[in-house]
Amino acid sequence: MTKRQAAFYSMTIPALLLFFLLHTYPAIQGIFYSFTNWDGFSEGYRFVGFNNYASLFKDNNVLNSYLFTFKYALVVTILINVLSLLIALGLNSNIKYRNLFRGIYFLPNILGVLIIGYIFNYFFSNVLTQLGDKLGSDVLSVNILGSEKWAWIGVVIVSVWQGIAFNTILYLAGLQTIPKDLYEASNIDGAGKWTTFWKITFPMLAGFFTINMVLALKNGLFVFDQIIALTGGGPGRSTQSIALLIYQGGFQGGEFAYQSANAVIYFIVIIAVSIAQLKFLQRKEM
Amino acid sequence: MNKENSTNWGVTLLIALGSVLILIPLYMTISIALKNPEEMANSVFSLPIGLHFENFANAIEATNFFGALKNSTIITVVAVGIILLTNSLVSYAIARNMDKFKFYKGLYFYFISALFIPFQIIILPVVKLTTTLQMNNIPGLIILYIVYGLAFNIFVYVGYIRSIPIELEEAATVDGASTYGTFWRVIFPLLAPINATIAILSCLSIWNDFLLPLIILGKPESYTLPLVQYVFQGQFSTDFNLAFASYLLALAPMVIVYLFVQKWIINGITQGAVK
Repeated sequence: MTKRQAAFYSMTIPALLLFFLLHTYPAIQGIFYSFTNWDGFSEGYRFVGFNNYASLFKDNNVLNSYLFTFKYALVVTILINVLSLLIALGLNSNIKYRNLFRGIYFLPNILGVLIIGYIFNYFFSNVLTQLGDKLGSDVLSVNILGSEKWAWIGVVIVSVWQGIAFNTILYLAGLQTIPKDLYEASNIDGAGKWTTFWKITFPMLAGFFTINMVLALKNGLFVFDQIIALTGGGPGRSTQSIALLIYQGGFQGGEFAYQSANAVIYFIVIIAVSIAQLKFLQRKEM
Repeated sequence: MNKENSTNWGVTLLIALGSVLILIPLYMTISIALKNPEEMANSVFSLPIGLHFENFANAIEATNFFGALKNSTIITVVAVGIILLTNSLVSYAIARNMDKFKFYKGLYFYFISALFIPFQIIILPVVKLTTTLQMNNIPGLIILYIVYGLAFNIFVYVGYIRSIPIELEEAATVDGASTYGTFWRVIFPLLAPINATIAILSCLSIWNDFLLPLIILGKPESYTLPLVQYVFQGQFSTDFNLAFASYLLALAPMVIVYLFVQKWIINGITQGAVK
């Protein structure tokens, strides 16, 4: 082995070992426990084969958490991408105080989700309801976070409010990669704004669109902090996301093994969704 | 003046209206933090009259703000510093060898495949492991951030390092520099733009992270700012002025930093994204 190769090994082997110990090994353990009946505290446990997995599919709480998480993630992904693309287009055009507005629109991204959640929690439960009372509006005077039917909308609003910032910056970066002469050419050809957007801007942004969609959906499927701060999973279990269910069941509910099985399924679902999404969006890029 | 350079007032107006939606919750936070309950009863949106700075003093005491600020700062600064030094080094070794050796190519995919593993699949065993290894404290948390950063950072760094011409280091090697010497003196300085991006993104995610401190940190003395808000919320959920003073204190450090380096942050991320 040359000295150079030895140096390269010394750069990577420690990272490899640490990563294996702190990431891969726990993941393997998680899979291992998913085949047992361990509650997380007791001394002993025994193997139960695929029992946990079989039970998952009959568990209404699990089913509900998947339904909520997917519904939420889908809506958030679409809203974030539509709005942040529009904002990026606005911030990229000839407007006054462009840098100031860029600064403002990125601001939510630097604020912690948990604290933002607490602030919005107050906004939904106290400010909006008071406003509703004053206006005599029945719709507004009810705290949406307290409604099984509408609480998820509250979580969506907070996630979109915060999530737009990062995607806007990525779209803005994408817009700056589009050569100006393409626009000049379409201008000379007499193309309208709408045509120019669909024929030039959007195709040129395809790569950024893919990244943003994948990122937003992945973040949506991992939702946790917002829910802790806004609803704690309630009312009932109407906003219990998969991540929250695994956390609550695994740490507080004595369901360590059972929720490990849930985490494995969650992992498989994430992989399947990511691959499907990448394939679909990349085909569109062509 | 031609059409291209004139201000588009319609869009400016729309953008300004949108930015109001972003600023309202922040205005509300500041004004509630400065009011007392009687002023709140009148109107939530009105400007505060009395400026009740005692809310802040009480919040600082109730949450041990300075302790949490110190913990958050130490964790973020140390973790981000070590991330820049180590994750770039690992990425360099991978980037320069992945075309020649299967080991490094495998390593690359091994690390970035972790991007798709939901954290929930490992949190339960990680808590057990960190307790056994006595890593359920601030140094342990820092190590976890450094190691978990590898997945995303290698993805970004490797792409960037591969775009740096290899001739640059060959010259250094001919001059007798070691592999490490070449990295620190030739490559690392060239990584400045991507280091800025990684530093900003890591800093934001570590500073604002809630789940990992929640499950790892055992002692209240080592709690971070977001974690303190969580504990505090459970105890004093009715005194909103106190609560909002506390939220504002927790948000303030990052906002202050942001005000000073705003342009740099936005450029750092956009440049990182384009590469």
